[in-house]
Amino acid sequence: MATDHGCPVPGARAALLLLADGRFPAGGHAHSGGAEAAVAEGRLRDAGTLAEFCRGRLHTTGLVAAALAAAATSGADPLGLDDAADARTPSAAQRAVSRRLGRQLLRAARAVWPAPALDDLAAARPRGVHQPVVLGLTAASAGLLPLDAAYAAAYDCVSTPASAAVRLLGLDPFQAAAVLAALAAEVDSVAEEAEGAGRRALREGPAALPAGSAPLLDLGAEAHAGWAVRLFAS
Amino acid sequence: MTDSTAAQGVTAVARMRAVPDGRAGTALPLLAGEGPLALRRTGSPGDGGAHVTVVGAMTAPLGGDRLRIEAEVAPGARLTVGASAATVSLPGRDGEQAAYDVRLAVGADAELRWLPEPVIAARGSDLRMTTRVRLAAGARLLLREEQILGRYGEPAGRLVTRLSVELDGRPLLDQELSFGPGTAPGWDGPAVLGGHRAVGQLLLVAPELGEEKAELADVPAEYGRAALTPLAGPARLVTAIAPDGHHLRRLLDAYLHRFPGG
Repeated sequence: MATDHGCPVPGARAALLLLADGRFPAGGHAHSGGAEAAVAEGRLRDAGTLAEFCRGRLHTTGLVAAALAAAATSGADPLGLDDAADARTPSAAQRAVSRRLGRQLLRAARAVWPAPALDDLAAARPRGVHQPVVLGLTAASAGLLPLDAAYAAAYDCVSTPASAAVRLLGLDPFQAAAVLAALAAEVDSVAEEAEGAGRRALREGPAALPAGSAPLLDLGAEAHAGWAVRLFAS
Repeated sequence: MTDSTAAQGVTAVARMRAVPDGRAGTALPLLAGEGPLALRRTGSPGDGGAHVTVVGAMTAPLGGDRLRIEAEVAPGARLTVGASAATVSLPGRDGEQAAYDVRLAVGADAELRWLPEPVIAARGSDLRMTTRVRLAAGARLLLREEQILGRYGEPAGRLVTRLSVELDGRPLLDQELSFGPGTAPGWDGPAVLGGHRAVGQLLLVAPELGEEKAELADVPAEYGRAALTPLAGPARLVTAIAPDGHHLRRLLDAYLHRFPGG
């Protein structure tokens, strides 16, 4: 039964904090969300360009990830969602990263919130499942709602490059946090839109999911994957 | 559609169907355009395929117009479709959005080369374009899309394009690009376009294609950027961005000429 703050089970709200925490042991800290390539190419230079970078990511691939996660939490077939994620990730480098992050999250989730659905997923796709799909099933296992999963995905999509920018640019951590705070209302609206898209996907199939694409993220990811030396894995 | 909305915009449909003619060539039993979408058979390339040109696309779409092109290539047939001119999306009288829908179907052992001219989003325009491609197992496709934001030196109009390709009933590529004022926030920022004004894709689907390494175009940054990447299926996608349509076409052509039949 839902409580007055919208969580279905006691402790779910704290579970969302744990899932969205950058220190949750799912390997996310090793990734920059495209920021390392953007810094090298001079596209990402300061707090202002970081805000625009995060905004563009949030409304394209962030919305897609959040909708995939929400659809997975609400019970859509995870393998169909995984195929939909493949089609929405044209960059081979980004597909590989998303599956690797999915494998790492699945390993953590099975230890933290054990559930048969997570075991089934690991058995069905031993090479890994796209991270947002795993995130959605993890959220369900933790007693969270589709909107919670969408929030976790949308927030991760902006917090990953913001944390990386602190290391890559020597950006003041206060400034990076201020960028995230200023994007809070947009994270809200993307998470809500994603929840609606997830519901639509449950009714109409995964083709109804959003498919927003960011050409510079795709191009930067392919370039970055070819670097011999890099600080972040993606 | 009611008469009042019909009066505000043009609704036009063009349809074509290519089938094997039984003599190692391709026949076009259906080739029907209307309004701003006229279709011409423009000779045979001599490889057993048929060639069609969409003529006169320059007059449309205006805001409020609803255009649709459908092409079907039956098993064993080969069809190439080009256009005589770019499609310039222009504002209508009342700021209404225009719609342009492309529906393509390619059968087994059939080939479609869909090589239209760019879509140019003129200042103040608002166009939503959807391209849906259904490929049977064993179908071959070469598809080009180019989006140009604004005519020369002009601010961008609004342009949302969705390209969805299904191969043997499974999604192969699903991509939406949203550019221009009032579309997805951050569209002109460092994650999406970074000030570039031309974006293009070149998609090649062929049953013999396997996984291969991605590769980047080796061109100076001021001419744009391009990368070829394998999709999760027998397909490759070239993504390119450039300062303008001229540079974009050069980037895409460098890959097009390497593809079979390019």
